Amino acid sequence: MGLLDKARQRSPWLIHYDCGSCNGCDIELLSCLTPLYDVERFGIVNVGDPKQADILVVTGSVNQQNKSVLKNIYDQMPEPKVVVAVGVCACTGGIFRDCYNVVGGIDKVLPVDVYVPGCPARPEQIIDGIKLAIDKLAQKDVVKEEG
Amino acid sequence: MPDSNISFIPFGPQHPVLPEPIHLRLVVENEKVVEALPTVGYVHRGLEKMVEAKDVNQMIYVVERICGICSCMHAMAYCQGIEELMNVEIPERAKYLRVIWAELHRMHSHLLWLGLLADSFGYESLFMQTWRIRERVMDILDKTAGNRVIISVNVIGGVRRDIDTEMQKWVLQSLDAIEKDLREIYNVMKDDYTVKQRTVGVGVLSADDARELGLVGPMLRASGVASDHRMTGYAAYKDLDFEPVVETAGDSYARMIVRMKELFQSIDLIRKAFARMPEGDIAVKVRGNPTGEVISRVEQSRGEVLYYIKADGTKNLSRLRVRTPTFANIAALFKILPGCSLSDVPVLVLTIDPCISCTER
Ligand code: SF4
Repeated sequence: MGLLDKARQRSPWLIHYDCGSCNGCDIELLSCLTPLYDVERFGIVNVGDPKQADILVVTGSVNQQNKSVLKNIYDQMPEPKVVVAVGVCACTGGIFRDCYNVVGGIDKVLPVDVYVPGCPARPEQIIDGIKLAIDKLAQKDVVKEEG
Repeated sequence: MPDSNISFIPFGPQHPVLPEPIHLRLVVENEKVVEALPTVGYVHRGLEKMVEAKDVNQMIYVVERICGICSCMHAMAYCQGIEELMNVEIPERAKYLRVIWAELHRMHSHLLWLGLLADSFGYESLFMQTWRIRERVMDILDKTAGNRVIISVNVIGGVRRDIDTEMQKWVLQSLDAIEKDLREIYNVMKDDYTVKQRTVGVGVLSADDARELGLVGPMLRASGVASDHRMTGYAAYKDLDFEPVVETAGDSYARMIVRMKELFQSIDLIRKAFARMPEGDIAVKVRGNPTGEVISRVEQSRGEVLYYIKADGTKNLSRLRVRTPTFANIAALFKILPGCSLSDVPVLVLTIDPCISCTER
């Protein structure tokens, strides 16, 4: 394992995109960054630029308008990358599944690595999900090296 | 070429200061914004049409998810509307409990906004501080209602949970601690050089403008118009004598001060509500389906929300229409953005406290 891969696992950078969420999951995700939950102790930093990010955290369900935006953000992220779907909306469409403008969960557009259920997902759950995502990131590093 | 200094800058839908997606196409000349053109629809789900698929009671959970931040007040407006249609008088205790949870939501919403505002001008420690205080409010919600964000306490005919005396004591203690912390933050925000530089005199709206644009909530009150829908005395507000918080300057600073003072006001209202809350039932049984149409209004943290409900006696409503506060306030943005400098755009966008998922539903 190279130095870069090791560094990535110790300090993964995260980008958050709000698809069609109700804000419930977004504010819980933001809570994770603040003093009580403080994900920075795992080296996790929230960034605004997809080109610097390793983990894409998506809340809310995909609709016709934001489908392309989401895809765009994902495509701009460098390999290896993982996707975390936070909240039932992002997992399956949740309560909005039957709405006319909702396509469904984000796995309709992107490959999802970790699903975090809950409406809204609690900060503890989100942190657990991100921890799992870091493990996945490590696996992808290995695959990349071998392949 | 005279036009050579004009450039276009896309702002959003994914932007570090925006928790939610909205796209602004900014036309800038040198550093000055000339025009801002919005594109919306990134969060539109079509919740109003859900009335065809979900029945009257299930809709409570749908309207709560119009916006997770003021979810409790959405459910409150909806339930009050249905109760009016069905001529149900809810128990007094339920009215007080609704007020308590609504005010707790107002507190967490304003604290959240304050943090985001501080973050928008790069004051990260203040962001962390306000969110630290906010966690205490979330703890109160968690303990009293069983969930942190979407608490689903309102049902048609009353509320789902009671707050007993022991819990009340604990809540009041927590409120004391929150108030103490808030005082410190308030003094910092009020006098801090950085905060003042970025907010005083920026994005000024006169009282006439505010009225003409049809603004609501803290936006309107910061421009010197004393309008607060709680004054009409729905739920238990009629017994809680209070005055709307008003500032006259109409700039970003005034809007910040209004919201900060409202935090103290909310603490006060919760204390009064606990002191005056009568004993008794918390809900009445409601049978049958509503008929007729009604307009129900509630003051949310961002301003007044309006529900239009039409029912025809079946288990599904025939129409639901929601006019949310940000829908009214977004007009202000296109009044204050032109003429400001590019670096002020994030701050100005945040001062209207935009809630895009409310607006687009
Ligand atoms: S999962 Fe629930 S709380 Fe989260 S965005 Fe969806 S509706 Fe909102």
